[in-house]
Amino acid sequence: MNAVLNVIAHIGAAVLNALGLVGELAIFAGTGIYAIIRPPYYPRMIGRAMMEIGYFSLPVVSLTALFTGMVLALQSYTGFSRFNAESAIASVVVLSVTRELGPVLAGLMVSGRAGAAMAAELGTMRVTDQIDALSTLSTEPMQYLVAPRLIAGVIAMPLLVGIADILGVMGGFLVAWLKLGFNPHTYLLNSFTNLRTDDVVSGLIKAAVFGFIIALMGCFNGYRSKGGAQGVGAATTSAVVSASILILAVDYILTQLLFTK
Amino acid sequence: MSTPKIRVRNLKKYFGTKKVLDGVDLDVAQGTGLVVIGGSGSGKSVLIKSILGLVTPDSGTIEIDGVDVLKAPRAQARALRAQIGMLFQNGALFDSLPVWENVAFGLLAEKKIARRFARAKAIEILAQVGLADNVADLSPSELSGGMQKRVALARAIASEPAIMFFDEPTTGLDPIMGAVIDELIVNCVKRLGSTSIAITHDMASAVRIGDTAAMLYDGKITWTGPAAELLTTTNPLVNQFTHGHSEGPIKMALRR
Repeated sequence: MNAVLNVIAHIGAAVLNALGLVGELAIFAGTGIYAIIRPPYYPRMIGRAMMEIGYFSLPVVSLTALFTGMVLALQSYTGFSRFNAESAIASVVVLSVTRELGPVLAGLMVSGRAGAAMAAELGTMRVTDQIDALSTLSTEPMQYLVAPRLIAGVIAMPLLVGIADILGVMGGFLVAWLKLGFNPHTYLLNSFTNLRTDDVVSGLIKAAVFGFIIALMGCFNGYRSKGGAQGVGAATTSAVVSASILILAVDYILTQLLFTK
Repeated sequence: MSTPKIRVRNLKKYFGTKKVLDGVDLDVAQGTGLVVIGGSGSGKSVLIKSILGLVTPDSGTIEIDGVDVLKAPRAQARALRAQIGMLFQNGALFDSLPVWENVAFGLLAEKKIARRFARAKAIEILAQVGLADNVADLSPSELSGGMQKRVALARAIASEPAIMFFDEPTTGLDPIMGAVIDELIVNCVKRLGSTSIAITHDMASAVRIGDTAAMLYDGKITWTGPAAELLTTTNPLVNQFTHGHSEGPIKMALRR
């Protein structure tokens, strides 16, 4: 009987912990959003975060998008050629990249690069008292550290995904033209004939949401890290894992909301 | 009798079931320096973080200039706490900013100075702690421990605070550099006419920078007196602590 009660107690404790964490995250997100709209504003910090999230993530996102587009064209050909549907490859590549693969893969890559960097930087600032020092210097840490990163995430990710979309489509185009022998004009025509504005826009909306998630999880985990180097390491891992899972989960929800028709 | 600059009454703070502050009472008169001593984990840092607003106590009052900052409206409490300059134990310099921006950070945040004049002002303040202008553009990581402490002191005094807190100001420094930092602290506090609280394990430093001293043990202030009497008092707790005796009324966790 006691063993059963122990198991129930453990499950209860785990559920309470999880709920507590969700509550903490919700409060942190709310405080972060409030910090965005409340002065003072820190344009220098927003610029710096834009560079971190956007510019420095550009190589890894570009390469990922390019190769994904190339692989997608090859794999689509393998399948579609069995049904004599090779002409659909262009549309499949462009729609897959803009609607799904561009934002999701860019989100995962940026989470691994910029989200981890954010958690490590804020975590180090926390364990070395730099965040407390900000408070003693008339500066609200949520406004100075978190709000600029949230803003930068929401702005930089759609820009990155826009570039990823172009490179992904280009990757598919290059493979189709140079490897599979497609007529380049026909391929491009097929690509853009079936592409609608809302395909691209919905991908960019996803990107903005993913940018917010990456920045939020990076800041949240870094901000509450403790225990020195080990704590910072754990915060970094947690930031990447939680952001990646959230991106995939929210991707499904957004896909439902944006593409059900 | 005039109102103390800082008055703490019955301050309590628990972390879970761990009792850290258990009814701390403390007065710091205007323009004087109090040194708080006590073993590691005795709650010294929690005490000054509570006054700074970085830790929320469970109960008690903290008055600055006679106003309870725990009950005062947020803006008033913030204004009262804005008078406090803090020197953190490890310096807590912002490693993403050059030295001059660290020093001028508070001035820029409070809009006391335009950005284009901030570097020159920072160099002026760095000179007050004995640092030449060639360190202004360096990153904190390029400085020695002693220089980092000086930069942190420069940052703490930049806004000419009415109250200054020093958390282990000489920790990690050699005795000579420790004495230099103490001298800088004493000079800065005297020049600004500030009220100060320092927490330290370094008895030589405590005697140098404090006018009065208090011992924090078991969550309470167990002794107060002139800092000069720290090494001569017959109080058994202080005596054991200042002379580093393993035997005495203070029981270390290892021996429990």
